[in-house]
Amino acid sequence: MGVGEFITSKLDHAVGWARKYSIFQYPFITACCGMEYMGVACSHYDIDRFGAGFPRFTPRQSDVLFVVGTISHKMAPVLKTIYEQMCEPKWVVAFGVCTCTGGFYDNYSTVQGIDTVIPVDLYIPGCPPRPESVLDGLMLLQEKIQNQKQEILPKAKWRETQSSVSRLL
Amino acid sequence: MSPEQQNNAQAQLPQVDGERPALGRLHQQFPEAILASHSYRGDDTISVAGDSLLPIMQFLRETPELSFETLMDLTAVDYLKMGKSPRFEVVYHLYSLTHNHRLRVKVPLPEDLPEVDSLTSLWKIADWYEREVWDMFGIKFRGHPDLRRLLMYEEFEGHPLRKDYPKSRRQPIVAQRT
Repeated sequence: MGVGEFITSKLDHAVGWARKYSIFQYPFITACCGMEYMGVACSHYDIDRFGAGFPRFTPRQSDVLFVVGTISHKMAPVLKTIYEQMCEPKWVVAFGVCTCTGGFYDNYSTVQGIDTVIPVDLYIPGCPPRPESVLDGLMLLQEKIQNQKQEILPKAKWRETQSSVSRLL
Repeated sequence: MSPEQQNNAQAQLPQVDGERPALGRLHQQFPEAILASHSYRGDDTISVAGDSLLPIMQFLRETPELSFETLMDLTAVDYLKMGKSPRFEVVYHLYSLTHNHRLRVKVPLPEDLPEVDSLTSLWKIADWYEREVWDMFGIKFRGHPDLRRLLMYEEFEGHPLRKDYPKSRRQPIVAQRT
């Protein structure tokens, strides 16, 4: 292993650690799952223990988009806009069975899984999911954030910087 | 229950027939417009011809002893799969705050011309109800000030609560990821 790779992998680890414990969520709540989301956020289950206790109600300042509740085809463009307004790096959680697959709303108006509209990182099934399974999902998301490649700069810029660092060392 | 108790139970029931003069008055006033009527366990229902809906509703609203001030509900039924003719029926639920009585008014509408007069001139609330019925069933309301879809988006084609609309025919407006 080269010195350059050693430095970037340690940096990746440190940045991942920082990111996984400071999840600012954007709660996109449309339906009854919202009650369960509030249950997770309140003191009994206390999502703050995982560093995710700070919902931001603007997509510009948030890292994780929590899609909580049924998404209709009329709502889908709004969801897509919100997703596009979020800054990188960003993750998406499909909370509840309606967002995962459409659930039992197999009808003319409901999106059959939000992954047909935006990319999804984590699916939490359940109607609604118990707070325990939400916390389990959150920990899986933290694991994913920790282990992924940390892009500090936009992708093209990152590659450029990396190659110049290797050249220097 | 002994006969005596039964008599007591009956005595406690309100004398509903005397308090609900709507059906009688309508039969008296509009004999040719009424297609059918019935009264079941305190619920009065009347079926009227579409042409005379507006005068009948005005009469129900403005006659002091009826005074149906509130249009509580306006919806429609599609009888396609029940083989009933005509196919559609618009249903109005009226309530009188003054007299505490209710009336259900139905208007049968044929499949080839599902149109009926708008009630927005009598009850403001009819505006959104009628837009919803237009959206879901494709029934037109003559004289409505702004008959647009209420719930579905403008790009949507067809009327989803019609029984011949395929239940899972979806019309997404954003590009679908594969």
